[in-house]
Amino acid sequence: MAVVSTGATDAVVRDDRRLSPWRGVVRQYDYWWTVYKRTWKSSIITSFASPLLYVLAMGVLLGGFVHSPPSRLEGATSYLAFIVPGLVAAQAMQTAVLETTYPVMGALKWHKSFYAQLASPLEARDLANAMLAFTLFRVASTSAVYLVVMAPFGVFASWWGPVLAFPVTLLTGMAFAVWTFAFSAFIRSEASFGLIFRLGLIPLFLFSGSFFPISNLGPVLEAVAKVTPLWHGVNLTRMLCLDHVDGSLALVNVGVLVAVLVVGWRVATRTLERRLAQ
Amino acid sequence: MPDLTSDAMISARGLRKSFDDKSGATVEAVKGIDIEVRRGEAFGFLGPNGAGKSSTMRMIAAVSPVTAGELRILGMDPAEHGPAIRSRLGVCPQEDTLDNELNVFDNLYIYGRYFGIPKREVRERADELLEFVQLGEKRDAKVESLSGGMKRRLTIARSLINRPEILLLDEPTTGLDPQARHVLWDRLFRLKQQGVTLVITTHYMDEAEQLCDRLVVMDRGVIAAEGSPLELIRAHSTREVAELRFPVGDHDATAEKVSDLGERVEVLPDRLLVYSENGEHVLEQVHARGLTPIATLVRRSTLEDVFLRLTGRTLVD
Repeated sequence: MAVVSTGATDAVVRDDRRLSPWRGVVRQYDYWWTVYKRTWKSSIITSFASPLLYVLAMGVLLGGFVHSPPSRLEGATSYLAFIVPGLVAAQAMQTAVLETTYPVMGALKWHKSFYAQLASPLEARDLANAMLAFTLFRVASTSAVYLVVMAPFGVFASWWGPVLAFPVTLLTGMAFAVWTFAFSAFIRSEASFGLIFRLGLIPLFLFSGSFFPISNLGPVLEAVAKVTPLWHGVNLTRMLCLDHVDGSLALVNVGVLVAVLVVGWRVATRTLERRLAQ
Repeated sequence: MPDLTSDAMISARGLRKSFDDKSGATVEAVKGIDIEVRRGEAFGFLGPNGAGKSSTMRMIAAVSPVTAGELRILGMDPAEHGPAIRSRLGVCPQEDTLDNELNVFDNLYIYGRYFGIPKREVRERADELLEFVQLGEKRDAKVESLSGGMKRRLTIARSLINRPEILLLDEPTTGLDPQARHVLWDRLFRLKQQGVTLVITTHYMDEAEQLCDRLVVMDRGVIAAEGSPLELIRAHSTREVAELRFPVGDHDATAEKVSDLGERVEVLPDRLLVYSENGEHVLEQVHARGLTPIATLVRRSTLEDVFLRLTGRTLVD
């Protein structure tokens, strides 16, 4: 047995088989915790403050000019009550996308931490899972803060609505995270992120029903909006928060988000495996 | 299942690696090599950039799938037992992959956790290894503030955190100054004494001569020769070399005039190399023929000469 220097115990830890997906992620806990400790301060503004600024500017100040009956606001009694669920779902998407674009590129290209990690018993699958788990944690913390802060303003029709909406925002965020992860693991240059942000994120953010009912788009664009995953997330979050749940529509929303998540997860893992094998 | 009957730490038969480059053309990086690395030895891959050394190393590190042929590391097939193999390997990559934003100690600590080593044990090992690579005083420094040599030593410390049986070093001293290289070589000697099997790629012949018990000379994806540094020099070169520098442009013409003075003459852009058992004797005869080189040097043959002989090219362009 080769033993390097003496002092600490000579115990040798060996893996004789693949790690389970769970252990693969747990072993990276210390790494991600350290990453979080050094980045949480700078992420406070983007993850907590700016969503609330949106609520203030769009919901309260701009919303003050909007006087529509609940029938035209998908059942919301005010524009603020209409826009908050939309913004919560949209920020889940944005947080998820931010955590799976530059961080993935960095781990592959700039600080190459994926390559360093791959020299251990961890596999590409484990690296993807851990980064996605961290993304889930980030989405969960921003969504939770959002929902808790908005609760006293009377925008939720029931207490259980936002409680059920919370996992929906996680599902919405992760349905995007897996696909942006796959995209980031595929592209060679960070210049390609412009595509995601300009052609994906911003149009989705503006036209997927966060700010206005998509019935205002006209029949063709409304049909297009209904295909986007964000609309499914926004719609389900809003139905729950406003206590206007259409059971069959809710099932479709969940089904679409889960399908997008499961397929995307697989694509993300495969893409990273291929990239790291090169 | 792991094959424990074989004493070979690494064995490869007809090992190949090809991949598609950016334009879609297939690159054959490794074109069928046979190697066997034994327990406790320092084994080298010597060759110029692009010889296929790094591709071979990545296959041995069980991160790059084998295209064809057979590869066994610690008796196991990397396609089947990648994680098990990697838990027993240490890898020091060519490019530093340290986390620049973490301090020195945390780089080791976090890495040890990937191997499932308990927290207390990793902390003890990390401090111990920092002493071993002479970075104890830098324990709490940010990696960014370290010199190139220190970063490389930290990478080596990191690669030892799991007490590996085989340590893979890809171009360990490229880019380091001479003093930093010697410090690093010294540490590698100590590891070898402790029984760690070393596998080293290098394009520096002096590094190969210093560190390797046995090596293969690689060129364009194939093995051109194999043996100990001394065996290779004996088999493929003469004892001494006389280097003759003439005015620029005269080398080809002059080579003909001295071609009978040694076993062989190599013409390089800036000098002639005359291979002979007695270099001083060659110089005397050169002067006796009325030739007046600008500068002369008599030296022992090195692996550089072996490489030149085998491939017709120099190692470092």
